[in-house]
Amino acid sequence: MGSGLLYGVKRVSTPKVPTSERLWQLFVIYLPYLWLLLFFLVPFLIIFKISFSDPVIGQPPFTPLFDSSESSFIHVTLDNYRFLFEDNLYWLSYLKSAKIAAISTFWCLLIGYPMAYGIARAKPVQRNILLMLVILPFWTSFLLRVYAWMGMLSTHGLINTALLASGLIEQPLKMLYSDTAVYLGIIYSYLPFMILPLYASLERLDNSMREAASDLGASPYRVFTDVTLPLSLPGVIAGCLLVFIPAMGEYVIPALLGGLDSLMIGRQLFNEFYSNRDWPVATAVATILLIILLVPIMLLQRYQIAQEDGP
Amino acid sequence: MSFIQIENISKKFDGVTVVDNISQDINQGELFAILGGSGSGKTTLLRMLAGFERPSSGRILLNGKDMTDLPPYQRPVNMMFQSYAVFPHMSVAKNVGYGLVKENIKKPEIDHRVEEILALVQLSSFSNRKPNQLSGGQLQRVALARALIKKPKVLLLDEPLAALDKKLREQTQFELMNIQHELGITFILVTHDQEEAMTLASRIAVMNEGKFIQTGTPTEIYEYPSNRFVADFVGSINLFEGIVATNDSNATQVKTDALGLLAASPDARVNVGETLWVAIRPEKISLSKKTISSTDINSVKGAVWDLGYYGNHCVYRIKTDNGTYLQVTTQNQSRATGLDINWKDEVHLSWDPACCMVLRE
Repeated sequence: MGSGLLYGVKRVSTPKVPTSERLWQLFVIYLPYLWLLLFFLVPFLIIFKISFSDPVIGQPPFTPLFDSSESSFIHVTLDNYRFLFEDNLYWLSYLKSAKIAAISTFWCLLIGYPMAYGIARAKPVQRNILLMLVILPFWTSFLLRVYAWMGMLSTHGLINTALLASGLIEQPLKMLYSDTAVYLGIIYSYLPFMILPLYASLERLDNSMREAASDLGASPYRVFTDVTLPLSLPGVIAGCLLVFIPAMGEYVIPALLGGLDSLMIGRQLFNEFYSNRDWPVATAVATILLIILLVPIMLLQRYQIAQEDGP
Repeated sequence: MSFIQIENISKKFDGVTVVDNISQDINQGELFAILGGSGSGKTTLLRMLAGFERPSSGRILLNGKDMTDLPPYQRPVNMMFQSYAVFPHMSVAKNVGYGLVKENIKKPEIDHRVEEILALVQLSSFSNRKPNQLSGGQLQRVALARALIKKPKVLLLDEPLAALDKKLREQTQFELMNIQHELGITFILVTHDQEEAMTLASRIAVMNEGKFIQTGTPTEIYEYPSNRFVADFVGSINLFEGIVATNDSNATQVKTDALGLLAASPDARVNVGETLWVAIRPEKISLSKKTISSTDINSVKGAVWDLGYYGNHCVYRIKTDNGTYLQVTTQNQSRATGLDINWKDEVHLSWDPACCMVLRE
């Protein structure tokens, strides 16, 4: 996208564009990059740097990278990474996070696709109302909505009270502080991130494509598998990434809804930073998490490039 | 029994009648065009033939078999979409072979038939290309090949040439006619472009407000329009309102406010004293700087008010002395840098009563 923007500028700013206008154009284009540089790349480099130092008790709680008192001058250690590889706890946490994120993503897709499809095919007036309903939860604080789930799932919560009153159960069900509660929380919270990109790609889909397939002998099921699904794949991929990536590093939902044994990596990160105050290990955890998350993003980009280039 | 029988078909959307009780027979091997403006209901009618819309009432029979309630994927009818609807994620060969895959035909036969049909539409060397690597004209031919490969009994074409530029359109329309002739498939096409309908079709139905106003060959539609709407919609025409003065076997004479007494070809259906329109096509009027007519009737004097030069012909707008405008077209038969008749020139107009017709609303 960056190169596309630059190309646009080259064409606009051919012979006679006043210098002030040129500067303005450059400013507009590079402002987002500057923003990313300052608030994303620089903090990451700081994190990255800390992950190679030793923990110390003090302020800050890690050894400096450059230390003139030592013989080697640059002080780098791989101990933190070695520690992560040797201790199962971290690997299990990464795996558990990946599993919870993957299963949640799958459910979001399963629930979100028919919803997005329905919204995309609704009449324009209804469509706006339905989209509004999808976006509406964002108007309430995320934390509040997770607390609301606690209220519903707890032993004396809404669901148990209703079930007990109806006589369907005699003992309250244990729902809160379990993996199921974490799944419910994540699926509920991230569903809109699945629906919106899916809706965008389904809404763009030319209906005559579907009709052409039907005209050529495809049953409604085949129309879906041959045309609708492949043509909405960019939306599927975008939606899955938008759910998977934040779900993988999710902290609030497992902390509030999950049991004590819910070993998601977000919680480990929190523990290392605040409970153990071991910043070097914590930053190493964060760095590995970032690398794991980069894999799906790079796969997506390769897919997109392949799509644009054709066979 | 006709090949296709459309019987009292109507379609209402939310209480609005879009197609209004149309009945029409279409013969096998015919190239039938439905010509109408936007909102005339022509596309809805085509979509009912394809099966995308269900008629509110009436029946569609193909070869005597009722197919009103068949879904599109079970009809022996294929459609070429206005947007072409070529699947962007499939190669040309995959697109074209799609219909055969759905018939569970074996791969070698599919490959063979795809090859055959791509040769017919001159796309043999493009079979592995993706649609985004093709031009508009090539996409149009992919869409055509894809619709033809199933050997449908009827091919429906929705504005088949609308998205092509003029040169390509002329070339493609002859290709379409050749293919239709070669395969003997019945073509039904829908268009708003009268030129497209006239050049392609063996029969045209002019449609307005959900009804067929007139059905006939292109010459019938153009030279013998059944009423004022058809005359006005197909081609350009000069129309003058008047009252029938005399009517006998030689001529129908009409008294008009604009041009006085006009003579038209005799029409036994009209009555003396009736109010109607006298119509004359612009190319039927001769234009001259000198007086060429010996009689006063169908002859007027005026000045060139507006002039459009099209290369092969010129379109003149003539203003008569009493402020009436007439449109006249002339062929540019000689090669000259200047025009014989130019802006502001005084001109004489005249036309044969046989070329002039009387029309009701």
